[in-house]
Amino acid sequence: MNIIAATIRRELLIAFRSPGDIINPLMFFIIAVTLFPLGVGADTEFLSRIASGIIWVTALLAVMLSMDSLFRADYEDGSLEQLLLSPQPLYFIILAKVGSHWLVSGLPIVILAPVLASMLALPAEAMLPLLAGLLIGTPILTLIGAVGMALTVGLSRSGLLLAVLVLPLYVPVLVFGTGTVSTALGGLGISGLLALLGAMLVLAICLAPLAIMAALRISVS
Amino acid sequence: MWQWLFKLGSPKWFYTMSGQFMPWLTVITVILLGVGLVWGLAFTPPDYQMGENYRIAYIHVPTAIMCYWWYGMMACFSAAYLIWRIKMADMAAKACAPIGFTITAVALFTGSVWGIPTWGTWWIWDARLTSTLVMLFLFAGVMVLRSAFDSVDAGAKAAAVLSLVGVVNIPIVVYSVEWWNTLHQGASNLSLSNTQANPPEVWLPAFFTGFGIFGFFMLALILRTRNEILQRERRADWVREIFRPGKGEF
Amino acid sequence: MLSVKDLFCERDERVLFQNLSFYMAAGEVWQIEGSNGSGKTTLLRILCGLNDEFEGRIEWQGQDIRRVRQDFNQSLFYLGHTPAINKTLTPKENLSWFCASRGLHKQDQIKQALNSFNLYGYDDMPCYQLSAGQQRRVSLARMKLSEAPLWIVDEPFTALDKQGVIELEAFFAAHAAQGGTVILTTHHRLEIEHGVKSINLDRLAGLAA
Repeated sequence: MNIIAATIRRELLIAFRSPGDIINPLMFFIIAVTLFPLGVGADTEFLSRIASGIIWVTALLAVMLSMDSLFRADYEDGSLEQLLLSPQPLYFIILAKVGSHWLVSGLPIVILAPVLASMLALPAEAMLPLLAGLLIGTPILTLIGAVGMALTVGLSRSGLLLAVLVLPLYVPVLVFGTGTVSTALGGLGISGLLALLGAMLVLAICLAPLAIMAALRISVS
Repeated sequence: MWQWLFKLGSPKWFYTMSGQFMPWLTVITVILLGVGLVWGLAFTPPDYQMGENYRIAYIHVPTAIMCYWWYGMMACFSAAYLIWRIKMADMAAKACAPIGFTITAVALFTGSVWGIPTWGTWWIWDARLTSTLVMLFLFAGVMVLRSAFDSVDAGAKAAAVLSLVGVVNIPIVVYSVEWWNTLHQGASNLSLSNTQANPPEVWLPAFFTGFGIFGFFMLALILRTRNEILQRERRADWVREIFRPGKGEF
Repeated sequence: MLSVKDLFCERDERVLFQNLSFYMAAGEVWQIEGSNGSGKTTLLRILCGLNDEFEGRIEWQGQDIRRVRQDFNQSLFYLGHTPAINKTLTPKENLSWFCASRGLHKQDQIKQALNSFNLYGYDDMPCYQLSAGQQRRVSLARMKLSEAPLWIVDEPFTALDKQGVIELEAFFAAHAAQGGTVILTTHHRLEIEHGVKSINLDRLAGLAA
């Protein structure tokens, strides 16, 4: 079996055997979104105006919180060292790992988002832009989060440190993601923004694994 | 030329050389800052729109521009450290982060001070201020990450990797915030950057303060780096020589 | 196969070893000895390439190890303190991943490898249900599947019973007899008739100081 398929299979097996790693970020997403109407009032007109912002910010936080399951188990049981000593190309193994992680933590968030968005009275014509933005944006968030995770996996209590490192880097994705919805609601075309997000995704796919490799070597030494 | 670059990597050479030209740099900086601040704050004509209140720009604008370049400089040092293992580069990068944080904080503070008379509020989500706030977080992140590691070397390398990741992101962040700002602010031009033509007697002092502030923070960088050198090389003979009782000035 | 010249390593401002030079040829078994904290694990990790805070030169097959990194990784089997076994996967899945990560097509030999380490019938239980000793043996079973000539193992005898120790020693001896090289650290006295070369870091540090 080639290494990429083997990696994806391994990651998915591990993920499905620890259902908490999949369910907990989703539950956080749902509960956090629920807090907003409780905090700002149930006025649907007002909620509909801030809906995309709420969805995006909580999705972003949920993705960030889910990053802990990415390298921690491997770091603790020594698998990470073996990975760094593997003769197979580490670049693709890392991409496969991060990709599998997105499949089990980012993608469910994207799928659940329309449900929550309609609870927040997001107008129907904004659904597709929201989905498209999240679909392209969550992998970027996962990749950036993976860089942060690789840097902090060897440190204790690294959860908040990860937030400090990674949230500023999430700003562009957040801006363009919510911008997609605002632009669509304004009646303008969103293909330009989606292309921009797509370009950021390509950049992340190309560069993030390099940073992750360097960071993993530091964390393991 | 390579000779000179190799020498630059030697902490002892940097220490002695910086000790020699620092007095000159100090004098030049004091002159530039003195002239610029006095001229800018006291002797320039009031702006027709903002009255006397724009003068804080003589400090705000240089620091606001400088925080980005400072991060870029820190990233260059980090790259030199990661690629060529030059320890001197890491010492300089380590010194850069808190100074960069300070520059950004000064930019934000002076921006707020400018904002109070101009907009009636000390904070506004305009593109410049928001980008600068993100820069503050980026500098803080580098400092926090370095200190989170027990091993000095691991912390140095991790901070270097983070700096490089950050530097790639800065243009994207700045562009995205500017775009966000145009989307949400619309027509109201509450930007601090007045792009109307200013006569020379208004922007000339800016040169002085600009270079003066740059010199000031470069001095801070050199001083911090010298401290870092002394701490890391404290067991070397040449450092012990400096602190031998009876030696006096260093 | 592996030669080290003038290795210098310092950690937390304490010099662990300096001017360390040795040559390990094929078919040899090397034991790195020293008290706790003398730098045995650090030395092993430097040899593997996990730790690059050192000065000096390491050569693999006569070439600088940094140039032939992939070739070296292909030829190396490393076993550290932690078993490198994912606890939610079964032994079979863990070994299957090991084969894939080294480009080996040995799915049919996995069961045999597990059996040779006394893990009959445990193939399909998740590893968290195994004892620490059993998990260690799953990790050791990888050696049976590995085709790497150079083995670097850190404290391989932990959590093994007396019979397990004897079998493992025989395993190392057999590997060396076939032309492989084994470098290991252990507090235990090795009983390998093959003859064991040793490096004692305490003695070397004493000499240098």
